[in-house]
Amino acid sequence: MWLINSSIGRKLIMSISGIMLVLFLLFHGLMNMVVIFSADAYNAICAFLGANWYALIATKGLALGFMVHILYAMYLSFQNLKARGKERYAVTDKQDKVSWASQNMLVLGLIVFGFLALHLYHFWSKMQLVEIGHMLGKHVGDIDKAVDGAYWITYWFSQPVYAIIYLVWLSALWFHLTHGVWSSLHSLGLNNQTWLPRVKCISNIFATLVVLLFVSVVVYTYVYQNFVL
Amino acid sequence: MEKTINVTLKVWRQAGPKAQGKFETYKLNNVSTDSSFLEMMDILNEQLISERKEPVAFDHDCREGICGMCSLYINGHPHGPDGEITTCQLHMRKFKDGDTITIEPWRSAAFPVIKDLMVNRGAYDKIIQAGGFVSVNTGGVPDGNAIPISKIYADEAMDAASCIGCGACAAACKNGSAMLFVAAKVSQLALLPQGKVERATRAKAMVAKMDELGFGNCTNTGACEAECPKNISISHIARLNREFLSAKIKD
Ligand code: HEM
Ligand code: SF4
Ligand code: FES
Repeated sequence: MWLINSSIGRKLIMSISGIMLVLFLLFHGLMNMVVIFSADAYNAICAFLGANWYALIATKGLALGFMVHILYAMYLSFQNLKARGKERYAVTDKQDKVSWASQNMLVLGLIVFGFLALHLYHFWSKMQLVEIGHMLGKHVGDIDKAVDGAYWITYWFSQPVYAIIYLVWLSALWFHLTHGVWSSLHSLGLNNQTWLPRVKCISNIFATLVVLLFVSVVVYTYVYQNFVL
Repeated sequence: MEKTINVTLKVWRQAGPKAQGKFETYKLNNVSTDSSFLEMMDILNEQLISERKEPVAFDHDCREGICGMCSLYINGHPHGPDGEITTCQLHMRKFKDGDTITIEPWRSAAFPVIKDLMVNRGAYDKIIQAGGFVSVNTGGVPDGNAIPISKIYADEAMDAASCIGCGACAAACKNGSAMLFVAAKVSQLALLPQGKVERATRAKAMVAKMDELGFGNCTNTGACEAECPKNISISHIARLNREFLSAKIKD
């Protein structure tokens, strides 16, 4: 199967799974922004995306996307390490045009993944999971707070430790995306001599905006809770 | 006015493909800054021979930047610290008196060391043999000028065709990927009417060969372009991806 056996096929999977994740992030980030303007509106979205069949299907799709992206990332990185040969260069130097992020995609991805566990605990386990539990008759967690996303946002991000942890996480994500977004288009073949600098520039603006969507909610909540209220 | 410098060389010495290699340190005095890097290597070898030691094996041929034979990973860069040149075009004026210069062979699983600084780059030839050509029937040869080709395509094909198959791209790549080379070879033909006919089979065959020979997966870091002596653009890699993906999807 050429999607597994050929390098460009594997890159295609990397690229498509990456784009899926980025689109999810875009949606997730836009949705989060709502909380800045209205906690009620945000909770309405949370309720809409609770343990409904469509939200559950989307969650499964997302988890699958993550699995595929990570498994391929590991497989690719392992093959690449092997292709480099046993003997390593004694002296290496960096090239001006090569971005740091591009050389460290796996590490950045693993950082993103590591914090994801914390994030799932912070929000998903308090919200959708509680709802799923209740549906299955297991009454763990606080069902009233399961649709009160605004409560959880306030609860976690008003604490400086978590605000900082999330900002660190988001910066790793930003680095991952500064290379990831344009690279995924390049892997699909959507690039040429004229468009190469443009695609890079547009991708980086896009990646920055996506990350800023998340950053704004963290910073806004922290500042509002600690200094304004 | 001629200036001379003294340098310390740390050179990778390896007796054969299976032997364990290691660095040897040599001191070389009064090297003219006008000499080329390979001339400096020649001086080193003469010094070694006069000391009754085994000279250092390294690849070279044209010594004017067109054949792609010279290699050497010098101070962390394929073809040395200067940009857009081959090792034979590197001059000792790029180095300072007292410098230590570390010289290593290309390191890539698909380019095994033959001896010292020489590696076997036959893998690139095998990729070319897999599809980097245009099949022609013998018989009446059509007039090349009778085929109109736009200047843009002609220029881009020409840029791609300037690849000399040196292997610096795979040597520089953290993934040991040969994509820039393969992309250049696929591009130069895919852009021209004569090459278009076999574009789908060519892209598939060359990529399959590249993967089979153990080169890595490209992650678009761009180290290849930065180190390529001919400045081949990674935009050709996007074209190769396009050619390959559309060939596969059509199947
Ligand atoms: C929200 C999470 C993530 C997003 C949005 C994301 C996005 C992307 C994108 C768009 C690409 C470019 C694909 C391409 O070049 O064709 C990529 C590549 C990559 N990702 Fe992720 N990723 C995420 C998480 C992860 C995780 C958890 C890992 C590792 C365990 C990871 C490891 C990698 C690696 C190794 C590459 C290959 C580098 C490359 O091909 O340029 N990513 N990612
Ligand atoms: S693409 Fe550049 S670095 Fe790679 S083989 Fe061709 S000339 Fe050498
Ligand atoms: S010896 Fe021919 S390119 Fe350097």
